[in-house]
Amino acid sequence: MIRAHCLICAGAGCISSGAHALKEALTAELKQRGLDNEIRIVETGCMGPCDLGPVMLVHPEGTFYQKVTALDVPKLVEEHFIKGRPYQPLLPKEAPTGAVVNTQRDFTFFAKQQKIVLENCGLIDPENIHEYIARDGYAALGKVLTSMKPEEVIAEIKASGLRGRGGAGFPTGVKWELTAKNPVKPHYVICNADEGDPGAFMNRAVLEGDPHKIIEGMAIGGYAMGANNGYIYIRAEYPLAVKRLQIAIQQAYELGLLGKNLFETGFDFDLELRIGAGAFVCGEETALMRSIEGRRGQPQPRPPFPAQRGLWGKPTNINNVETWATVPIIIRNGASWYGQFGTARTKGTKVFALAGKIRNTGLAEVPFGTTLRELIFDIGGGIPNGKKFKAVQTGGPSGGVIPAQYLDTPIEYETLQALGSIMGSGGMVVVDEDTCMVDFARFFLEFCCDESCGKCPPCRVGTRQLLNILERICSGEAELEDLDRLEELALMVKDASLCGLGQTAPNPVLTTLKYFRDEYLAHIVEKRCPARVCRDLLQFTIIEEKCVGCSVCARVCPVETIFKVGGQKKYYIVQDKCIHCGACLEACKFQAINKTSEGEGFIPPPRPAVLELPPGRKPTAVVTS
Amino acid sequence: MNLEQLKRLKEKAQQQVALREGHKKYRVVVSMGTSGIAAGAREVMKTMLDEIEKRGLADVEVRVTGEIGLEDVEPVVRIERADGEQTTYAKLDPEKARRIVAEHLVKGTPVENLVVGKEKKP
Ligand SMILES: Cc1cc2nc3c(=O)[nH]c(=O)nc-3n(C[C@H](O)[C@H](O)[C@H](O)COP(=O)(O)O)c2cc1C
Repeated sequence: MIRAHCLICAGAGCISSGAHALKEALTAELKQRGLDNEIRIVETGCMGPCDLGPVMLVHPEGTFYQKVTALDVPKLVEEHFIKGRPYQPLLPKEAPTGAVVNTQRDFTFFAKQQKIVLENCGLIDPENIHEYIARDGYAALGKVLTSMKPEEVIAEIKASGLRGRGGAGFPTGVKWELTAKNPVKPHYVICNADEGDPGAFMNRAVLEGDPHKIIEGMAIGGYAMGANNGYIYIRAEYPLAVKRLQIAIQQAYELGLLGKNLFETGFDFDLELRIGAGAFVCGEETALMRSIEGRRGQPQPRPPFPAQRGLWGKPTNINNVETWATVPIIIRNGASWYGQFGTARTKGTKVFALAGKIRNTGLAEVPFGTTLRELIFDIGGGIPNGKKFKAVQTGGPSGGVIPAQYLDTPIEYETLQALGSIMGSGGMVVVDEDTCMVDFARFFLEFCCDESCGKCPPCRVGTRQLLNILERICSGEAELEDLDRLEELALMVKDASLCGLGQTAPNPVLTTLKYFRDEYLAHIVEKRCPARVCRDLLQFTIIEEKCVGCSVCARVCPVETIFKVGGQKKYYIVQDKCIHCGACLEACKFQAINKTSEGEGFIPPPRPAVLELPPGRKPTAVVTS
Repeated sequence: MNLEQLKRLKEKAQQQVALREGHKKYRVVVSMGTSGIAAGAREVMKTMLDEIEKRGLADVEVRVTGEIGLEDVEPVVRIERADGEQTTYAKLDPEKARRIVAEHLVKGTPVENLVVGKEKKP
């Protein structure tokens, strides 16, 4: 008899930190000790706390282990499986208190979550349809086909209050009805699995960890909207998700859960994958459909909306991965059950990807209405290294930053919008005091500028010009009028762009201008970067008392502008050739390099009378100035 | 595939994942400290696993734990019922272990002459 299950997270994050090697080592160790017929190893989808990977969960106890490497395996097996006590060194610690966490249930990261969409992620083997079925999988499809009319399905989804998780939060049931009622035939359903926002990986987790839930949701939607064909549009950069989907689709066909005459009701449903090349704009629904048709992925004006004229000109319904994955759960448990989670305006839960300067990087699912503070500080564990929270960017590159004074805002589509940001697909990038907000806005804008498809000038030209201004500000070459230009142009791009990409691209600029205007002013007026990030505005100097004369800084300096002080064991940076790369700072073991951004008032330490070449440098280097 | 077939598939598959979901009626806890292992606790456990499997008992989970304070009378096994009733058995061997499965886990009647302690936890 199998007495224990060892669930190894095989999400993309844990795989890259070594989950496969862990699995091999564990398999070999269990076999060698004759435990292989007592203990079963299961590879699951993402468990959430990606930063702690490779992670492993052992049942029946529910013991959660972090950063498990192949080298840990012999001791872990000895302690946990032979002697029956948790292997202490690999138990996680609670972020602020440092308390050791014995079981998954006790870990605040998990305890404060409400896993609905992720109910199976990290619990079942995504490559085994039977494990999905064991968790009531495909029961909702069976129920719908055998006992509900299509209108009843739509009514149920409407009653649940489900809103689209792709960003805009449009009521799903209302959207379904538009397609369902369109007399033009055939109808199509599409799953948008493009997920192009940097820092977002919520959809990937569901695709990799519970692919059948998406398939089941789409089949239910197909039935409700009279569509017999569905497409999943997924980017080629998600190879593991593609593989798991392919396996899942094949297994569903083999068991007759896709294909002809499902549940002997005469309903046929076929599902295919379409692999995208990873352009951000192809996540926009009209561009996505063109890409499926084999054309260049460029957005088109709406209306007509997809429900009116979609794929190949036919009525089409596009939903996000998370939206589709929620559908079977609503059908299974009922709209009113679902309605108990969330707020009056927005029902249910949302998966967020926590990234940036946060202790528990990873995925967390919480009910709408949870505050930013609860998500970032309780579940996310707060900011590491004793740093201070500065802001959180929600909604990816098209979102905006939200500063500390709004941390108690409950998370909903409307509340985030009121602060100038958006929900987007659920990416959350946390930044601390070491982040320059101008540089941060520049980073996201650069992304949107690169990803602009070029069709409409406001986006193509406007984002480029915005970026130019931001680059000038970051390098200290901007003047005050640039700030007005920046704002005016940002609003123009927002108003005049054809699709959501351009319409939202200025959000990082507008929100940083609103909440961190002082940082812009410091760059422009004082030529100073308060967070000491923007390279052109930095100064590096050597603190004489701390310098031991080891010469490491001079050796790593790529422009050879660090010299030995004549007759002393000290070094000196000649400023005019310095490119502010920070190589000396990183190399110095004595904290003798000072990084400042003092602006025009900067006075370098007095220049020694004699400078010598450091050991090993060829005399070709000429001491200038 | 029809509803009936799906239901049967589910019943079969459920055993595969039930262990991860908890809520079993019986929990068998085997004391596996150094003294337990020396006295033959692993043999006792393996026999129980074997017997549970043979009898197809789905509502039982087996755990190992460190010493539970009865080093002199190992191998020791504690059986915890979901309602909080705990029965401790001592000085076991494979033969006695088999009896415990047959009597206690199958029929629900403790093997009184092997019991060394009973407790009710909330
Ligand atoms: C530039 C751009 C990128 C987008 N990327 C995605 C994406 O990756 N995934 C997604 O579901 N929706 C994305 N959307 C939103 C889709 O256009 C569409 O609104 C969504 O798929 C509808 O699904 P929902 O009703 O379930 O939210 C994007 C929109 C824009 C403008």
